[in-house]
Amino acid sequence: MTTATPRPGPVPGPPGPKPAPPPGRPGHQTGGSRTEGSANQGSANPGSANHGTAGQAQPGRRFDAVPMTGAQSLVRSLEEVGCEVVFGIPGGTILPAYDPLLDSTRVRHVLVRHEQGAGHAATGYAQATGKVGVCMATSGPGATNLVTPIADAYMDSVPVVAITGQQSRPLIGTDAFQEADITGITMPVTKHNTLVTDATEIPRAIVEAFHLASTGRPGPVLVDIPKDVLQEQTTFSWPPEMKLPGYRPTTRPHGKQIREAARLISAARQPVLYVGGGVLKAEASDQLRELAELTGIPVVTTLMARGAFPDSHPQHLGMPGMHGTVSAVAAMQKADLLVALGARFDDRVTGVLSSFAPQAKIVHADIDPAEISKNRRADVPIVGDCKEVIVELLDAVRTERAERGHTDLAAWWKQLDELRETFPLGYDWPPDGSLSPQYVIERIGQIAGPDALYTAGVGQHQMWAAQFIGYEKPRTWLNSGGLGTMGYAVPAAMGAKMGRPDAVVWAIDGDGCFQMTNQELATCAIEGIPIKVAIINNGNLGMVRQWQNLFYKERYSNTDLGTHKHRIPDFKLLAEAMGCVGLRAESRDDVDRVIKQAMEIDDQPVVIDFVVGPDAQVWPMVAAGTGNDEIMAARNIRPLFDGDELVAGVDEVSAATAEVHEESAREESER
Amino acid sequence: MIERHTLSVLVEDKPGVLARVSGLFSRRGFNIESLAVGPTEHTDISRMTIVVTVDDLPLEQVTKQLNKLVHVIKIVELDANASVQRQLLLVKVRADATVRSQVLEVVELFRARTVDVTPEAVTIEATGTVDKIAALLRNLEPFGIREMVQSGTIAVGRGPRSITATTGRA
Repeated sequence: MTTATPRPGPVPGPPGPKPAPPPGRPGHQTGGSRTEGSANQGSANPGSANHGTAGQAQPGRRFDAVPMTGAQSLVRSLEEVGCEVVFGIPGGTILPAYDPLLDSTRVRHVLVRHEQGAGHAATGYAQATGKVGVCMATSGPGATNLVTPIADAYMDSVPVVAITGQQSRPLIGTDAFQEADITGITMPVTKHNTLVTDATEIPRAIVEAFHLASTGRPGPVLVDIPKDVLQEQTTFSWPPEMKLPGYRPTTRPHGKQIREAARLISAARQPVLYVGGGVLKAEASDQLRELAELTGIPVVTTLMARGAFPDSHPQHLGMPGMHGTVSAVAAMQKADLLVALGARFDDRVTGVLSSFAPQAKIVHADIDPAEISKNRRADVPIVGDCKEVIVELLDAVRTERAERGHTDLAAWWKQLDELRETFPLGYDWPPDGSLSPQYVIERIGQIAGPDALYTAGVGQHQMWAAQFIGYEKPRTWLNSGGLGTMGYAVPAAMGAKMGRPDAVVWAIDGDGCFQMTNQELATCAIEGIPIKVAIINNGNLGMVRQWQNLFYKERYSNTDLGTHKHRIPDFKLLAEAMGCVGLRAESRDDVDRVIKQAMEIDDQPVVIDFVVGPDAQVWPMVAAGTGNDEIMAARNIRPLFDGDELVAGVDEVSAATAEVHEESAREESER
Repeated sequence: MIERHTLSVLVEDKPGVLARVSGLFSRRGFNIESLAVGPTEHTDISRMTIVVTVDDLPLEQVTKQLNKLVHVIKIVELDANASVQRQLLLVKVRADATVRSQVLEVVELFRARTVDVTPEAVTIEATGTVDKIAALLRNLEPFGIREMVQSGTIAVGRGPRSITATTGRA
């Protein structure tokens, strides 16, 4: 498995815990041709975002009190810290920064159509590359439009730096035009934020923001800069010294805990490796595979960790949780040991906590100490970077096995294999003869292959994309897991394509999600970012409709979007109006043809309107508010977990269960 | 078991740091019983004393969440038996000539101080533990409390050691 995506490099100042950049890196490439005003040039490569080359601060570049404006200092700081691309929109207070940005050959600016698009693009860029994604907006509404993507990046621990203009210092607090207290507003959804009140502090603010965003548990950092600070004359010195006395992330795990974990791992009879997004962020996929193969322990990968372990690997049981595979959910429920690596026991994984994995001892490794024992008490807490944890675990497990041997997992695998065979992921074709959405997504995955990147919105199509595309490599599956942000797919795909211009990038989107952020297709067309968008168009807010079907007596309140009934909008025409190629598929025979057609187009964004049936549902399902033992493999099919034996069977959902579902559905806010 | 815990939190003296700390408590669902902020012997470090009544497990969680705030440098839980904890009370009590001597007797008993006297009322200043302040108020209540204001608890560990001596100034 190759990972051609280096970690964000150390920023100047005190060394971060991340590995140094590989030697012999070329310097920053001068930006490709800027394409403002050159609509539909159709460049296949999105300009200067040279994947895997730039993105590192050049060591040794020093500047001592060079006179310039605050705005110039900001752009210089971004250049020196290794920022290659900024997604943003100018406006009143950030205007001064856009002037020197015009002259920068090292930072490319992508003019988006909505700040939410800028934020998700920065997230997509960061998730695809491991580097820090950067977005920029003006004060007031520009900044508040960033709140959703910032909250999204916070929930999914994505390194993003948001730079916002602010009203001039004398006007702050006066309810001035386009004034918003964005540091106050984003306090709960950023890892950190800061208002810069002195232009000489700009380089430090930027370096600290990049350092905070990319080290420890990654997350979004917002830097708010008043207009008069950008305008004032200052001096630029580099590298600045970071002053973060309260920030000391622990990356190195504690040896005693590692040995204790190794002891449990070797002694467990029914262990599971519960792998979360932290493994991807730590670039620890290779090490994870080594650990899995050394121990023979089954692996489950959460929604945020799809791709961290190859789907084709025989030890992979798939995704756990609300829409996970029966075998993955059952394995966790029956486990006597869960080894959680960079995962956070999210409610979508655990179901009702009190009945989650009742017999399991918990080894919980995470770089964020606050995640450990937050939801489920850990028997062996390990604070550290997942890669360092796994590397040390490998050593400790080898020692343990050599000294004390290990248990045989054959009986455990026999149980799991039976479940896997009895309840594989699958779907039926709709009885009304309409196109199966699962089939469409499956075919995209098969035709585009494991080297492509896939983004998704939120809802049924997201779950199907997580289930029916085979992920073999890290950073090939990008989605909004924690916040569940509809509209994520298109702008995230745009950002991912900027970061990985040589990769094929597919946005698997729903017709509801697509209508939230599709304006960024214009950005893609004009800036030459040829993404591919598959709209899984079932004419409805599909996941909500599924819940209405299951828990609200099929009363479909406000879920029909009219995209079938009235064909409003006509997605093919909409795509064409945005400078993209628009295609449509309405039957099984069309599917491969349009996907292949889309794969052949590399100079323009492509949008395919897959008109699919409205009644397909996501299965398996653990209804919200119930325990994981209640998992239903398909409608009215409930594998029974009987005593110690895993007995697969078929059971009608009892009226009582349905009642519980209804109750929980009322409490549950829809994704 | 639900107990009262006293946390000493050393923070960088930066704008908004109080909002960050108090906001964290409210959004994570923790109730602050009292909070006091002030400078320390280091010019750029402030010290917050936060009193919370929670179980041990949520206390661990809130401490970890607090530690994640970039401006928080250090958190120490001060054991009630191994620390000195004080609140400040200013209370205005109705006290005309007929009861003034009785009020002043209470003041004397609690080693409080009278800081303002008028024909109708006296204002009393008292410092002490939460329990002592509560007891004083119980004894003053019958006379009629016209107005009162209380500070949050501040606390310092007993013995020669200092929690600010090794604050890991980077």
